[in-house]
Amino acid sequence: MATATMTAKKEKSVLWDWLTTVDHKKLAILYLVAGTLFFVKAGVMALFIRIQLMIPENDFMTGQVFNELITMHGTIMLFLAVTPLIFGFMNFAIPLQIGARDVAFPFINALGFWIFFFGGLLLSVSWFFGGAPDAGWTAYVPLSTREFAGSGMDFYALGLQVSGFGTLISAINFIVTIINMRAPGMTMMRMPLFCWTGLVTSILIVFAFTPLAAGLALLMLDRIFSGQFFLPDMGGNAILWAHIFWIFGHPEVYILVLPAFGIISEVVPAFSHKRLFGYTAMVFATIVIAFLSFMVWVHHMFTIGIGPITNSVFALATMTIAVPTGIKIFNWLFTMWGGKLVFNTAMLCAASFVPTFVLGGITGVMLSMAPVDYLYHDTYFVVAHFHYIIVGGIVFGLLAGLYYWYPKMFGHKLNETLGKIMFWSLYIGFHLTFFIQHILGLIGMQRRVYTYLGGQGFDMMNLVSSIGSFVMGAAIVVLVINIVYSAYTSERITVRDPWDARTLEWSTPTPIPEYNFAQTPQVRSLDPWFYEKVHGDGTMKPAEPMGDIHMPNGSILPFMIGLGLFIWGFGMIMLNMDNPIIPPAIVIGVGFVITFGMMVLHSKEDHGYHIPVDEVKKIEKGVG
Amino acid sequence: MRKRKGLLRFLPLSAILLLLAGCGEERLSALDPKGPQAQWIFDNMVLSLYVMALVVIVVFTLFFIAVVKFRKKPGDNELPKQVEGSKALEITWTVIPIILLIILAVPTIQGTYYFAEGPPEAAGESGTEGEDGAAPETDAIVIDVTGHQYWWQFDYQEGFTAGNEVHIPVGEKVWFNLTASDVMHSFWVPALGGKLDTVPGVESMMWLQADEPGVYKGKCAELCGPSHALMDFKVIVQEPDEYAAWVEEMSAEEQPPEENTVVADGRKVFEDQGCIGCHAVGGQGSAQGPTLTNFADREYIAGVIDYNNENLEAWIRDPQSFKQGNNMQPYPNMSDEDMEALIEYLNTLSAEE
Repeated sequence: MATATMTAKKEKSVLWDWLTTVDHKKLAILYLVAGTLFFVKAGVMALFIRIQLMIPENDFMTGQVFNELITMHGTIMLFLAVTPLIFGFMNFAIPLQIGARDVAFPFINALGFWIFFFGGLLLSVSWFFGGAPDAGWTAYVPLSTREFAGSGMDFYALGLQVSGFGTLISAINFIVTIINMRAPGMTMMRMPLFCWTGLVTSILIVFAFTPLAAGLALLMLDRIFSGQFFLPDMGGNAILWAHIFWIFGHPEVYILVLPAFGIISEVVPAFSHKRLFGYTAMVFATIVIAFLSFMVWVHHMFTIGIGPITNSVFALATMTIAVPTGIKIFNWLFTMWGGKLVFNTAMLCAASFVPTFVLGGITGVMLSMAPVDYLYHDTYFVVAHFHYIIVGGIVFGLLAGLYYWYPKMFGHKLNETLGKIMFWSLYIGFHLTFFIQHILGLIGMQRRVYTYLGGQGFDMMNLVSSIGSFVMGAAIVVLVINIVYSAYTSERITVRDPWDARTLEWSTPTPIPEYNFAQTPQVRSLDPWFYEKVHGDGTMKPAEPMGDIHMPNGSILPFMIGLGLFIWGFGMIMLNMDNPIIPPAIVIGVGFVITFGMMVLHSKEDHGYHIPVDEVKKIEKGVG
Repeated sequence: MRKRKGLLRFLPLSAILLLLAGCGEERLSALDPKGPQAQWIFDNMVLSLYVMALVVIVVFTLFFIAVVKFRKKPGDNELPKQVEGSKALEITWTVIPIILLIILAVPTIQGTYYFAEGPPEAAGESGTEGEDGAAPETDAIVIDVTGHQYWWQFDYQEGFTAGNEVHIPVGEKVWFNLTASDVMHSFWVPALGGKLDTVPGVESMMWLQADEPGVYKGKCAELCGPSHALMDFKVIVQEPDEYAAWVEEMSAEEQPPEENTVVADGRKVFEDQGCIGCHAVGGQGSAQGPTLTNFADREYIAGVIDYNNENLEAWIRDPQSFKQGNNMQPYPNMSDEDMEALIEYLNTLSAEE
């Protein structure tokens, strides 16, 4: 019976296999591909923005188009590019690092991906139906209400609502996985730091995406059903939205940056050939940062006018975040100190992260001084600050992770020469683009302006900034070329551990069999794989005898549920369209029937299948 | 306290900033402060830069030494010592940042309250609030500011209204009572001080003071629609006597133009075409658009277009082509005669001698 299922699986077409997969390693690749596509899309928008701002009074685009581009650039980058890229690495690495065969709920994992993907698609189709959202990624009311914004904001509210569901359930899945699925001996304080940051990020998502979902629901009610939560004329409150948004929005920054910290904490020890300095302090700092991230949201609203008491309290709370962040910086520095550093592309990205992130951090402390923030707020100084965190921190972290895990994921390394060209052009382009923007803000250029008059001293600096952004664009092109080029020319990797690394994922054969570990490993220390290489015989000790391996069946239902939510969301948006071809109620109904129908179908029990022990032995022999 | 901070200005980092100040435009750049609030912000920015420079120097030094010194040499396969951590070091880099932050926290709180000061109550009166919820009586100048898509309305206590240009006297704290009529905007004069958002349905108060007469640039700093970038205004700082004269002129009854002149025809066009329905002149008409009482004194039309007759005509015929999404009605078909008369009339609207 089990063997029959196995052979049936083999006959599936490639496309069907990817649409129905519940394997965390394949979902990781789906996340990476989707995230990269959204990343490139939002990156091209950034280039358009910089072309418009290259010279004063440029008429490359109108203010309306510019507002749509900045809104989509921010929204896509945060929700649809960086989030899935992080989920991609979490999906790939976390089960391997804790010695698990998959995540706790493989079906939910696939469901999370497809709901996220269709939510993103819903947001993206706005361009074809009356224009993209245009009220900024913060969607401040009343500018984002029906009276002042077109149907783009409906796509924003519904698209983010749907994709937020996906993110939320994926996060719950990771929490359960990390708490319950660790191999014997893998105590919490032996987990790699990437697992810790993944766990903390998932908890943050649960607490931060729920207020966002509530806020988006209110915004949707305001826009589609004439709710009056945020309309000042109707007794609503415009500042309320800002609170709800930033209660989500500030933790969101840490949701994105903590996994990047985690990646740096994997890559730096691996290429320093030294264990992470101050592991306990690093874990503690991560938790403290997460806790404080919910205490500081008002620093995004210092100038909204809520009084000196509130501003003072939140200014002090914001400053305290610098302490745990500083702890992390110094621990990375002292991990490198006394090590034997190897500078390949992964390490270049990870190491350069440290000084770059410090620059973003010090402007963060400067911004926390509320009265001085009255100057910085909503200027290019802030734009420079958060790009130092998001590009200098998160993107370099993600690139480090990509070059580091690439051989395990795809069976070959990325080309090092092209990698170094990419790194240096990205690094130089990045500083060229964003450093000068600090000064632009101080000399009076406010953010989100589609143009500026000449003769205000802005011209030269904007030109430099635009040139820098083209260099960054070129670096990403080099990365894409590298991926294609390496796929054809790079040497196949057959060893388990091409980097001489430290954590459990490197103890698996390359390519990884779908069950990850033939026998669940027994963990004896932090950095278990390194421990066995130095103190043991270089293999993981099994914690269980060889046996049949229980695997989940693939399913098309997650894809269909996502599709149903897409149709439902689109139907909701149609309620306000001038002349929908199909009555919106029918579209909403179809969406509901698909989504809930698939849930009913899923309620039929599915016990999965077993890979018999002989088969496992055969596979292990083949890859070992 | 101010004196001690003043010394900071002579240290190297401040010199760099002063050099950078040269990049910006005078009376726009915050690096060239022209009033006590802007000066306070500048001084404390410099203070934070010094404190942060310490952090940067330490981190960068450690980083570059590590990167240069601890590279793996070819052929060296010995494993480096696996250090677990160090309690002493952990405590050091926890405590020192806390001390640095306290240095910044003290002025932060002082400044927050300094900027939130309200107007002093008038001598002899007990600050009773008016029945309509108006602010307490005060001798200080309080100007009500309303942000509109995409222009600024300034209502003076004396009862007149100005659009897009606000006059204040030099060397005196002036309070601005901020709100908005449609969406959120943000009121910002970089060379004079910080910004504060104007939020519909909410009133917030801030003060500014200019120590030098001149024309200062103000900007809207909160995304407010397609023409957010073009929502500029001017702060015109005058000597007290000039300011008093201006207030008097603005408060005066409108002088109707002499009859049977082009200007009188223009005034008629202004009424017949319905301009006055939105633009008040001399206290007559509504405030749906900027008041034009002192229109001819302006440097820019609509805050961003050079003031000349050609631009004025082009603006009236098609305002959307200059400021996308603004609420002014276009007059593409107005006859040339009417247009000429109207412009002639608008050119006479001045509050200067």
